Amino acid sequence: MYTLKQQWFGNIRGDILAGIVVGLALIPEALAFAFIMGVDPRVALYASFTIAVITAFVGGRPGLISAATGAMALVLVSLMANHGLEYVLAATVLTGIIQFILGLFGVANLMRFIPNSVMLGFVNALGIMIFITQLPYLLGGSVLTYVYAIVTLILVYLIPRFFTLIPAPLIAIVLMTALALFSGVKLQSIGDLGTMPNSLPTFFLPDIPLNFETLKIILPYALALSVVGLLESLLTSQVLDDMTNTPSNKNTEARGQGIANFITGFFGGMAGCALIGQSVINVKSGGRGRLSTLTAGVFLMFLIIVLGDLVVKIPMPVLVGVMIMVSATTFNWGSFKFMKQAPRSETLVMLVTVVIILYTHNLAIGVVVGVILSALFFVAKISRVTVTNDESNEYKVKGPLFFASTTKFIESFNDVKAKKIIINFEDSQLWDESAVGAVLKVSQELEQKGISVSIQGLNSSSAKLYQQFT
Amino acid sequence: MKVAVAVDGSENALRAAKHALMLAQYLPGAELVIINVSDYNKAKDERLLTQSPESLSLKRDQKVQPILELAKKAGVATKITMLKGNPSVEIIKYVEEHAVDQLVIGSRGLNTIQEMILGSVSHKVMKHAHCPVTIVK
Repeated sequence: MYTLKQQWFGNIRGDILAGIVVGLALIPEALAFAFIMGVDPRVALYASFTIAVITAFVGGRPGLISAATGAMALVLVSLMANHGLEYVLAATVLTGIIQFILGLFGVANLMRFIPNSVMLGFVNALGIMIFITQLPYLLGGSVLTYVYAIVTLILVYLIPRFFTLIPAPLIAIVLMTALALFSGVKLQSIGDLGTMPNSLPTFFLPDIPLNFETLKIILPYALALSVVGLLESLLTSQVLDDMTNTPSNKNTEARGQGIANFITGFFGGMAGCALIGQSVINVKSGGRGRLSTLTAGVFLMFLIIVLGDLVVKIPMPVLVGVMIMVSATTFNWGSFKFMKQAPRSETLVMLVTVVIILYTHNLAIGVVVGVILSALFFVAKISRVTVTNDESNEYKVKGPLFFASTTKFIESFNDVKAKKIIINFEDSQLWDESAVGAVLKVSQELEQKGISVSIQGLNSSSAKLYQQFT
Repeated sequence: MKVAVAVDGSENALRAAKHALMLAQYLPGAELVIINVSDYNKAKDERLLTQSPESLSLKRDQKVQPILELAKKAGVATKITMLKGNPSVEIIKYVEEHAVDQLVIGSRGLNTIQEMILGSVSHKVMKHAHCPVTIVK
């Protein structure tokens, strides 16, 4: 899919059918994310609609499904609790601006610097956090609460064994809601959260004072949202690239996410990003082009407007069951095997990322610390330099020479006995000024002791660097 | 004659491949098609458990490499087909579209309960493919 026409109309039938399936699959989670944040279901549903529709046009990865997500909801929980919805909307608008600017500066190229150990830590912490947010609604609840949550959970895992056309969470919700209605049990329901939308979202300005004080409140959230949103969106883009064997423009996607969040904030929606689960469902159902994302958004809105009165009757424990399934699929169960097989430093990076996220309740801080830690491990790993001397007068240097490895290099020449030595750089490379400085220092000190030094085996770029500084 | 073997890098798959090679050796002019399907359901986890898209494609190549070497030793002509999607669906589709004469597939040897939860690829392929299927235990 290369031309815009192909991206839109290259797969009309597949895209529309898949879009309908995804539209259905978006509802349970959008409702549950509103529930996590403690906002009116409208805030998540409007967001899912506008983000899906806008990214269909301006996203960089055709077929990617973006909407309200758990990751973004988790970032926003405390802003919502402390300052209210208007600040959430303002933070969403600011997130859009930041993401757009980052996209302009080619932020996607930085994805290369995020190792998979950090990504694993991110998704695992996300899974654990989604699970934890559900516990207050279960623990201490009535027996009926447990029964409804557990039966829902069993249904969402069992249904796909027999029937895969309609997303299992939705079937489970319909069945369990019907059961609750007909048996007349008293359970907390969606309606207790707020009213359902019966119209399309409308434009309005978030009601906040436009001053420095406000910026100080929303900026940290907007930065965290930008990092989390881009990370999940770009990761999902990569997964779709792999599934469909087609490339995508990640910087366009970053800008698209920005545009979508910017506009969504003005239409009363919370910040969102790409959804891995729903994007995979889209491709599995045959969706490939932009039309699938547009269909998903439009169909979601259609369903909400038509079925709004029924949606308010969905019992909360049923959503809890669905969310426990979501947390289990978010968590990467292969991580345990990874911890056994991967180098210890990578395991440590993953665990530190998880612990920091769970401790700070901030996905972005965990990612940033994880990236820094893994960068330090990487430098430590490649800064290993060894100098071997096998009886003869030749000293063989192995490993790259740069600011972090020069000390070890210099120490290796502390007790040279011979009168004439050769330093061989065949297995090494001089990377920077420090490296050249270290080589000069060693040869000067040795020559002061009356030992003659000959440098050999520099590769062409090392030799060039050496001449540049001497 | 076209003999195909579906492999996923497991021990069972290797056994199946050895059996397929044996068949191909006895059939004059037979070609062995090695099919590997990357499961859509594992796409996310596979990406998360590898460093980069490049290392992911290397890992997939490594699943067919040992079989390719065996085939080379046995002097059997081979063709590699890397597919993506639902494994049983893709295998059946390939067999159909490319007029495969004999399909060989390994079985994980699941019990009834495991099969209900995990779903047996070999079982589905055997049921729906329109060509002789050999299941290697």
